[in-house]
Amino acid sequence: MAVDRAQGSGSYGTSRIVLVGSLVGLVLAAIGITVLIDREGGQKLLASIYDMLGNAAGAEALRNGQGDQFFAKLLLGAIAMLVGVGGIWLLFTGASSLVERLRPAVRDRILPLVFIAPAVVLLAIYLVYPAVRTVIGSFQDEAGAFTLANWESLATPPFVEILRNNILWLLIGTSGSVGLGLLTAALFDRIRREALAKVFVFLPLAISLVGATVIWKFVYAWQPASQPQYGLLNAVWTAFGFEPIPWVTQFPINLPAEMVILIWLQTGFAMVVFSAAIKGVSTEIIEAARLDGASERQLFLKVIVPMIRGTIITVTTTIAIVTLKIFDIVMSISGGRNHDDVVAVRMFAEMFQFFNDGRAAALATVLFIAVLPVMIVNLRNFRRQAAM
Amino acid sequence: MAAPAKPIARASKERTRFWRAPIFQSLPLRISVVVICLLWTLPTAGLFVSSFRNPQLITQTGWWTALIHPFEQGWTLQNYQQVIGSNGMGEAFLNSLIVTIPATVIPITIAAFAAYAFAWIPFRGRGILFTLVVALLVVPLQMALIPILQIYSAASLYGTFIGIWLAHTAFGLPLAIFLLYNFMSQLPRDLFESAAIDGASAFQGFTRIALPLSIPALGAFAIFQFLWVWNDLLVALVFLGPGADVRVMPTALFNLLGAYGGAWHLLTAGAFLTMLVPLAVFLVLQRAFVRGILAGSVK
Repeated sequence: MAVDRAQGSGSYGTSRIVLVGSLVGLVLAAIGITVLIDREGGQKLLASIYDMLGNAAGAEALRNGQGDQFFAKLLLGAIAMLVGVGGIWLLFTGASSLVERLRPAVRDRILPLVFIAPAVVLLAIYLVYPAVRTVIGSFQDEAGAFTLANWESLATPPFVEILRNNILWLLIGTSGSVGLGLLTAALFDRIRREALAKVFVFLPLAISLVGATVIWKFVYAWQPASQPQYGLLNAVWTAFGFEPIPWVTQFPINLPAEMVILIWLQTGFAMVVFSAAIKGVSTEIIEAARLDGASERQLFLKVIVPMIRGTIITVTTTIAIVTLKIFDIVMSISGGRNHDDVVAVRMFAEMFQFFNDGRAAALATVLFIAVLPVMIVNLRNFRRQAAM
Repeated sequence: MAAPAKPIARASKERTRFWRAPIFQSLPLRISVVVICLLWTLPTAGLFVSSFRNPQLITQTGWWTALIHPFEQGWTLQNYQQVIGSNGMGEAFLNSLIVTIPATVIPITIAAFAAYAFAWIPFRGRGILFTLVVALLVVPLQMALIPILQIYSAASLYGTFIGIWLAHTAFGLPLAIFLLYNFMSQLPRDLFESAAIDGASAFQGFTRIALPLSIPALGAFAIFQFLWVWNDLLVALVFLGPGADVRVMPTALFNLLGAYGGAWHLLTAGAFLTMLVPLAVFLVLQRAFVRGILAGSVK
């Protein structure tokens, strides 16, 4: 701090170079954007560079979709990094140094706007407007006239099945992840190599749901009984003398088979949070319970679990929201074709297969209504804490 | 009948282990821990081993036989060569980088500026705007897909990198603002006041004080957002589409699943390629990774 003071106001001067530099940078970024917005932008730019260098053949090849495609992609990537990473900083720096040249009274009123405007504009365009538009769209037919048909269709058998599946995901997927997370947190708390064991359970969280689905589809792989089973599960299953089961294509076993993938992924998250909470329970309480003659199981169920109740609720809510929006797993396994369809997958199909935006909007709104209680609780908690 | 008093030091040493009856330290506990760790590792191990096996052998024998007879296998890198080259995973890898890095940096920058203003610059409408941010935290992004896609078709942003950066930025913003606000509002007020006395503008108060001090929170969110975007399928499918020139790794893997459902030599190698970067992030930045996952858990 002392050093800062010694340098005095000089270290905080606004230099004209910053302003000019960022304005020049913004112009360059704007040119970069025109390249990025064009789907063949990378090839076209490299082609004109080749033209300037006198490599007409190379330029021609690029324009025909051949030649140095790899370099065109690298060039595009470089521009993307400059525009995406540099441009956003230039935007703020340029705007701020412009505003700081104004009179203090005006400046103080405008500067906060410069800081929050990009965020507010993006939120308004990408979340607030679409959310309102989607709710309205769920009551419109293709011509834009008011209708209840989209909502009525959700009561027909295929959609009732979809809603049933979502509820099953919500119940089983959530309780499975939370229960196993609690179990592993409690078990691992007692072993010497706790950190190592946790890594094993936690690692799947880094994997994409599509990747996890490929991993498990391989575990579930099915071959006719006459052939050797290369899927791990059917190999074990047939070793016990059972007939091989097509786990991912046969209803209703495909539902739990798909849920296992999510539970496998989410357990690690629940475990890490619970483990931290368990370590936060004070030793005195545990010792007191023990002196009162509590068994280890009683200690866990009647002392530890109630003490970390708040954490359990938070984790349950988080995972419940994930299961509600489940998309990747069902989409990658079957696209929802084996009576395993869910809301998010069907919405995608309504958008891109059936081109029924009204019904897709109704499905999205169903998800929105489902998370509404969480939103209200969040807002209430925030109101209570905030002194803004 | 005076039981020996427990030494205090022992209690604190045992602090982290809340139960210690001998029965639990015995075999059943250890076996169940090993079984759990195996259950969580074997599926991935099978994928990894198979990705290096001869394509014909993968569907003839289980991958575990390859570990039992490791010298009769004919290990190969051919699966990777094929999936990177002719199945376009190499280009998808580049596309994923082009999508993910700006889609991480842009929301963090925008959110950091906004969070700083929310925390330290009084302005009219601050309370209402921040309440809006909190409300948007849990809005399913499905609500945004149809209207945004209509805008994108009209503005020819569909299938462009800028389009998906902005979409990921906006979807990540509420969480980013919320987390960074929570962190920045806890910074000591004195720091900003003395800087202001020294002539620092609000912009400099942000870049020279708030930003450097918020690195833990910025890092945690950066890792969460990076993983989220890298692993995302839905937003990429809707706004980038399946075109080979723009598609990202999850889309490429998804297409492999659809087109070659049984081509396990391609699927195993492809899946492992998509996992490479997240696993590297995990192994190198384990602590920050855990912090990021926990911080982002509300999404």
